[in-house]
Amino acid sequence: MPFIPHTEKDTREMLAAIGASSIEELFDEIPKELMIDSLQHVPESVNEMEISRLMRQRARMDGSPSCFIGAGAYEHHIPTAVWDIATRGEFYSAYTPYQAEASQGTLQTIYEYQTMITELTGLDVSNASLYDGASALAEASLMAVRTNRRVKTRRILLAPGVNPVYEQVAMAIAGAQGLTFERLAQDAASGNVDFDALSPDREPVAVVLQQPSFAGTLEDVDRLTDWAHAQGAVVISIVNPTSLALLRPPGQWGEEGADIACGEGQPLGVPMSSGGPYFGFMTCKQKHVRQMPGRIVGRTTDLDGNPGFALTLQAREQHIRRSKATSNICTNQGLMVTASTIYMSLLGYEGLVNVANASHANTTRLAAGLCAIEGIERLYRGPYFHEVALRLERPVAPLLTELAERNILGGFDLTAFAGQDALLVCATETKTDADIDAYVAAVAEIIRA
Amino acid sequence: MNNKLDSNLIFDKSRTGRRAYAQAPSNLATAAIPASMLRTDKPRLPETSELQTVRHFTRLSQMNFSIDTQFYPLGSCTMKYNPRACNALALLPEFAGRHPLAPSSHGQGFLTCMYDLQEMLKDVTGMKGVSLTPMAGAQGELAGVAMIKAYHDARGDHERTEIICPDAAHGTNPATATMCGCTVVEIPTGAEGDIDFDALQQAVGPKTAGIMLTNPSTLGVFERRIKEVADVVHNAGGLLYYDGANLNAILGKVRPGDMGFDVIHMNLHKTFSTPHGGGGPGSGAVGVNDRLLPFMPIPVVGKSEREGADFYDWLAEDDLPQSIGRLSGFMGNSGVLLRAYVYMRMLGRAGMERVAEFATLNANYLAVRLREAGFELAFPTRRASHEFIVTLKQEAKTLNLTAMDIAKALLDKNYHAPTTYFPLLVPECLLIEPTETESKETLDNFVAAMLEIATAAKNGTEFKDAPYTMPVRRLDDVKAARQLDLAYRHEET
Repeated sequence: MPFIPHTEKDTREMLAAIGASSIEELFDEIPKELMIDSLQHVPESVNEMEISRLMRQRARMDGSPSCFIGAGAYEHHIPTAVWDIATRGEFYSAYTPYQAEASQGTLQTIYEYQTMITELTGLDVSNASLYDGASALAEASLMAVRTNRRVKTRRILLAPGVNPVYEQVAMAIAGAQGLTFERLAQDAASGNVDFDALSPDREPVAVVLQQPSFAGTLEDVDRLTDWAHAQGAVVISIVNPTSLALLRPPGQWGEEGADIACGEGQPLGVPMSSGGPYFGFMTCKQKHVRQMPGRIVGRTTDLDGNPGFALTLQAREQHIRRSKATSNICTNQGLMVTASTIYMSLLGYEGLVNVANASHANTTRLAAGLCAIEGIERLYRGPYFHEVALRLERPVAPLLTELAERNILGGFDLTAFAGQDALLVCATETKTDADIDAYVAAVAEIIRA
Repeated sequence: MNNKLDSNLIFDKSRTGRRAYAQAPSNLATAAIPASMLRTDKPRLPETSELQTVRHFTRLSQMNFSIDTQFYPLGSCTMKYNPRACNALALLPEFAGRHPLAPSSHGQGFLTCMYDLQEMLKDVTGMKGVSLTPMAGAQGELAGVAMIKAYHDARGDHERTEIICPDAAHGTNPATATMCGCTVVEIPTGAEGDIDFDALQQAVGPKTAGIMLTNPSTLGVFERRIKEVADVVHNAGGLLYYDGANLNAILGKVRPGDMGFDVIHMNLHKTFSTPHGGGGPGSGAVGVNDRLLPFMPIPVVGKSEREGADFYDWLAEDDLPQSIGRLSGFMGNSGVLLRAYVYMRMLGRAGMERVAEFATLNANYLAVRLREAGFELAFPTRRASHEFIVTLKQEAKTLNLTAMDIAKALLDKNYHAPTTYFPLLVPECLLIEPTETESKETLDNFVAAMLEIATAAKNGTEFKDAPYTMPVRRLDDVKAARQLDLAYRHEET
């Protein structure tokens, strides 16, 4: 019996102690007509060797293509130590640190994580993480409504560069509470917000900026932050944590800084793994801390006056406040946060800067190579971080299919987002010059054919 | 357990100019980004060697209780063994390295696992469709209630905005109802742990959107009149939501779909043994019956035929136009789903039933042994499901021994505490869930430890200051909340 330790003698003795004649008898309070004889579609058990064989075979079907897709998830080198330590049983198989004395390892790790992520975003306080970047925007939007009571609307304005899936997710999660999401006009040349088209009469409760934008551009975040604050809106920033090694952090945007920062934590040591598990990070100004959703760890002292860590501000949460909680969220993405804390410690600031610079340099090489091909050019002018949008004179989908047949994942098809034939490419530090040149050569060959 | 606290933070170990040189690209090119956009300050991440980092976090791990190191009978959380193979196989390089937007041509292996997982979960729940995308139980709940709302709205039934929850429900149930724009109607529990049937009949009406139930309930007993409950709610036009927190108790024995539930979430990190990870990731797949199929959150995995072979692909907006939408940036916690898939395949059909059988055997055995040892069961006339409640209301009065005290005293005996003070309606309660993966010896030793604590209390020992052997003593929660210290201030040094 997989994972069940009972010997026949154990079972006999236990049933005798209970006073039951069989295990079946223990289910005698369940109406008979509800009991099933057997499952129909679950196969018979396989052992570890057999399942390992099957999974390796299936993994091989997926292959290891050369990947130039970004669009919200990024391939970075993950130091071996990150997951070696994160999957130690003491981290892997522990639960929520409600018994603080027996969970100091998890709690201190989260406190260190909170410190690092506030340093990166330039804001005061952080929670212990949310599910992922997209759902973090939903939570940030709800939080903005709670903090900004002067504005009576629930209208949230999104910069044109906000990831369209994030908007969908925010709507699915927060729409039932009356929040609406509207896009600001886009300047066609830069891909960024069209400042000439900003109108002062929409009474937004919050304005959302994404830096770098979904299409890879860099927005004038200072001007947009100041404009949003002048409208009385809370400013929510969506940022890529790797980029914050180089770019000015949300806490320093405009005169007052963004109020809330959130985003996808995956680039910080979490494998791409077909989309999850990742983690969403969220930081904010101190004055908003009591409206922040999710778990928060604080440093305090114990009976002997020694420092220690505990979950705090739990009065915000569902297990205390029930229907009046700040969110229904219960879990955080603890294991991913542990991994990211180890990742950030191993890289340090200098290491993260190198990752950011190398990714930028590789993307520059890739964009230059592709733009040298007839019929490919930059879609938007202006600076970028590690992702660039390209305009093509041919449909993108068939090109991507042909590249995939050569085991190259050539990028994200931006056509629907941009309204024209467009491709979003990304080359992180994991790519060599040879990888990049091979990709460029393949595109040139396909286009020439 | 390393019981000596290393109170140094990683930041205390940081020295300017120190680095883990093997871990960063040596490319020192400077990005061509305008200076006005660049940060001028330096975020203070640790500057440590690789060994220092490895040692620091290894030592931190040793300051945790975990399933791998201690018995962890945390009620409602199903802290069973997490097989190592599940992790290793989910992290095979091709799976771990697969980009979420990689084409399905480079994902047939992964997608086959996801499709098979959907099919197995349909079977064990008795539902007609499964979406794997919700990232935790609470998000599964949100998906479920949103689907119930969408169903009523699609029928033009816009007045149905009330969600009924028993008073013993998990906090996430009422919080979810609020997030979905509903109001909560709470109904009481009867003396034997079933919901108050008269109160339910009073509560339902033309405004009822649905009811959220956990069965077996959070009180550790099976809702015996579940079919009648389903009829009452359905006859009033409402739908039934099954909170799958306690699915471990009935796996392969009884199916929520057969009980009359319309929608269910499963906590894969409980029943299907994916890691709890120090508080996540969870995974809250949802199952639905026929009438909610069109509303499932996207994407889900579909199977078709291509060139004479099965081909697996995502179904999204075009395939499910009435869907409640997307709940994650890509498709949920896919790596967790792979772990659950491996676990379910290793258990197999017969193994599923044994989960419920031996989880129930262990819980009933432990309950009987604790009762013999003098502890009071909250529902002594009932069978335990996979968990049960001990109430210390007598001990609190006569011995000044509270649920909190016994929880902390257990830590000193190297046992993780059961869930304390939940459900809220039982005074001084311990909710105890041993799970099927624990041996009889472990349960016997736990009973002995509980008895030792009670005996010591009778002999005048107080446990108000316990624990004594942990890395820290009891922590000052009031100070933690009043003098907020949520991040290390580098100015301290």
